[in-house]
Amino acid sequence: MMSTTDWTFNIYRFNPETDQKPTIKSYELQGVDSEMMLLDALLAIKKQDPTLGFRKSCREGVCGSDGMNVDGVNRLSCVTRLSELNNPVEIRPLPGLPVIRDLIIDMEQFYKQYRAVKPYLIGAEPEPEVERLQTPAQRDLLDGLYECILCGCCSTACPSFWWNPDKFLGPAALLQASRFIEDSRDEATHVRLDQLDDAYKLFRCHTIMSCVQVCPKQLNPTRAIGRIKERMVQNKL
Amino acid sequence: MSLIRRRFDALIIGAGGGGLRASLQLSRAEANVAVVSKVFPTRSHTVAAQGGVNAALANVLPDNWHWHMFDTVKGSDYLGDQDAIEYMCRVAPKLVYELEHYGVPFSRLDNGKIYQRAFGGQSQNFGEKQAARTCAAADRTGHAMLHALYQQNIRAKTHFFDEYFATDLIKNEEGAVLGAIVVSIQTGEAMLIEARTTLLATGGAGQIYRTNSNALINTGDGLGMVLRAGIPLQDMEFIQFHPTGIAGIGMLITEGCRGEGGYLVNGDGERFMERYAPNAKDLASRDVVSRSIYLEVKEGRGCGPNKDYVLLKLDHLGADTIMKRLPGIRQSCLTFLGIDPIETPIPVYPTAHYCMGGIPTNRKGEVVMPVKDTPEEPVPGLYAAGECACVSVHGGNRLGGNSLLDIIVFGRAAANEMIEHMKENRYRLPMNEASVEKAMDRLHRWDRKGEGETVDGLKEDLKKAMEDYCGVYRTQELLDKGVEEIGKIRDRLPNVYINDFSRTFNTARIEALELENLVEVAMCTVVSAAARQESRGAHSRVDFPKREDQQWMKHSLYFSEGDRMDYKPVRTKPLTVDSFPPKERVY
Ligand SMILES: Cc1cc2nc3c(=O)[nH]c(=O)nc-3n(C[C@H](O)[C@H](O)[C@H](O)COP(=O)(O)OP(=O)(O)OC[C@H]3O[C@@H](n4cnc5c(N)ncnc54)[C@H](O)[C@@H]3O)c2cc1C
Ligand code: SF4
Ligand code: SF4
Ligand code: FES
Repeated sequence: MMSTTDWTFNIYRFNPETDQKPTIKSYELQGVDSEMMLLDALLAIKKQDPTLGFRKSCREGVCGSDGMNVDGVNRLSCVTRLSELNNPVEIRPLPGLPVIRDLIIDMEQFYKQYRAVKPYLIGAEPEPEVERLQTPAQRDLLDGLYECILCGCCSTACPSFWWNPDKFLGPAALLQASRFIEDSRDEATHVRLDQLDDAYKLFRCHTIMSCVQVCPKQLNPTRAIGRIKERMVQNKL
Repeated sequence: MSLIRRRFDALIIGAGGGGLRASLQLSRAEANVAVVSKVFPTRSHTVAAQGGVNAALANVLPDNWHWHMFDTVKGSDYLGDQDAIEYMCRVAPKLVYELEHYGVPFSRLDNGKIYQRAFGGQSQNFGEKQAARTCAAADRTGHAMLHALYQQNIRAKTHFFDEYFATDLIKNEEGAVLGAIVVSIQTGEAMLIEARTTLLATGGAGQIYRTNSNALINTGDGLGMVLRAGIPLQDMEFIQFHPTGIAGIGMLITEGCRGEGGYLVNGDGERFMERYAPNAKDLASRDVVSRSIYLEVKEGRGCGPNKDYVLLKLDHLGADTIMKRLPGIRQSCLTFLGIDPIETPIPVYPTAHYCMGGIPTNRKGEVVMPVKDTPEEPVPGLYAAGECACVSVHGGNRLGGNSLLDIIVFGRAAANEMIEHMKENRYRLPMNEASVEKAMDRLHRWDRKGEGETVDGLKEDLKKAMEDYCGVYRTQELLDKGVEEIGKIRDRLPNVYINDFSRTFNTARIEALELENLVEVAMCTVVSAAARQESRGAHSRVDFPKREDQQWMKHSLYFSEGDRMDYKPVRTKPLTVDSFPPKERVY
């Protein structure tokens, strides 16, 4: 199915040292295989213009470095085929967070919300000599939650996060919160639920589902948020 | 450029599993520790590890650490140090339980215990039946471990310098390490981190090859830093080619696939591993399986239109097993190949995967080098752990699942030793400004403007040369040519220029700094390989097909000054048990 075509990429460029405001720069790649991944296309473009800035690491969708907004949708470039995209391709940084340079955003606000949910297992002490037991069914509850790669695609697609990035935790952090609430080994469930019971932290989610549509790991933050709400009700009873 | 200066007790360079296990130990001991990483911690390459981590828990089949030790020594082709291997295999269960306590979401057995799968080179009772020793969180074990370790570091309030790039170690005249120069990638500012103890945990260098399973950031920076500091690298000729990379791309398909019952077939539909390894078959050691695939293809029994790969069959395992135990692999196949392994076999071919060699350390994580008549004298203040280190527990060939173990065992051991060292040496040594200046000069080299070669151009030539001259099978002729070619590439480095001089997130400059390290590591690898005239583990010489224990059961040491080789003996004496003497290695 190899089809080669010329591709055009309109890429958001901004260097705070030299630019007053961002510009869109066009790049051409000639005779490329349309089944090529976008990251490989960007690497080829970077050969033409080494000043183009974007993050990258694993090349296989597991490290979460290369979230970007492609044709209006947040994606990881390394697992996006050109054939899924429009030609010309429009590439911008993930929206809603400050741009450091070109496609590189400052994710501190995103990480801060992640840290705010105490994203670590708080187990019973003292720790046993061997593993804590967990049934396969209990472990299954973590599927769809623990796989998050912190790419930021979801939170930067969430309108509630755009308006209140400091108060609303956003889908990624809430998914993490759920990951620990659901873990049979965690002892802090009540504290976690009480902490989330706040007009902003959790309840700014209006179930718009943008987060679900963009998650490259097919995770479902909206469902996780729903589960937290159910647990809250149970917790109060 | 002004230089910011910060002081810590301990500096850890690298936030993969090795670095984070060490920092957790130090933070919990209330040491003042800084972790520097060129990427946000969870983007480190440990995140990509799939299959699992070895420990003789005996949750599925009978097992004990002594069998694990035997398999590791044998797997290493008797180049592993048996004291370190004993130490690692003995503490493995404890440290895996500890990971579970940190929150790693291991897959579970019906009785609630950690799930374990079979991996290559594992046996019960010193070489008998297949064992199941690899503890797994589906096929995302590295992700699960790295995130849990990072999370516990958040809890322990470790101080992180995310997206800082370390360029050089700072040393004094006596050879003690005093810290390192790091550059903030975001602002371009250089910073001197003074530390009483420095740990290198910078991971592997798979990017010296064109086809590899590694992240783009695996450029062997720590290895380059060490060579520039006059410290040798050990056993660098031993590069593991993983048998099952996605053909043509190199991305990894975990050995766990074969552990779950998958097997390889050639173009005739034959299950060819039965010929090469009648007992272990598809679960023979990686070096053995990689060579077998190479030979099948070379002898015209490959698959596909160009007969240039073999197939990994999983379709007989059933959708349930694949969805439950290998979901990530299925996803990768769908994404990168457009095939579903539930129905269609996966085209695979060996891919450069892992660096058995690295910075020479003892089992406490201290970096050691020959000084006068002592073969292994600690370099004061310097430690190394993880894939960048060579303890050596992997010798000539690493067993699958032993690296995730290595990083936690020796990350922790190094941290403990650093804590000890700081108790005994309470005072900070004075800074050596000459060394700082030298490091800064090197950094400023990339501010030079001019016309010449590009970073990408030189990097491509380098990777191509490594593939051509230092691959799965090697000969003197090829390797000598490789030394010559890589030498020429090294000579071209001064003529490489970048055209971006901005300070803010200048990835062009970072890639240039990485290129310098790639060149050093490639040179070291090919020189070490050309010198070793025998076949052992992953180092397969067509012209010297046998292992020669008399002459070559010794570790190589490469010094960059004059591309000089030296050797030191293998530590064949374990801590408490009897030594495993070298035997012929059959699977
Ligand atoms: C695809 C794949 C699958 C694997 N699967 C398994 C498996 O199932 N089981 C197993 O046991 N092993 C597996 N391995 C091997 C294992 O994952 C690695 O050897 C191990 O994770 C290395 O860990 P590390 O902590 O040493 O380094 P890494 O995780 O690579 O971390 C290196 C760190 O150093 C930092 N760094 C590097 N250079 C610099 C610099 N100049 N300045 C600042 N920071 C720097 C990086 O940012 C990073 O944080 C696999 C490897 C690959 C490639
Ligand atoms: S469902 Fe909630 S979290 Fe997800 S995008 Fe909508 S508002 Fe945001
Ligand atoms: S939930 Fe999905 S989109 Fe959001 S950060 Fe995690 S992996 Fe990325
Ligand atoms: S480069 Fe790691 S997710 Fe794309």
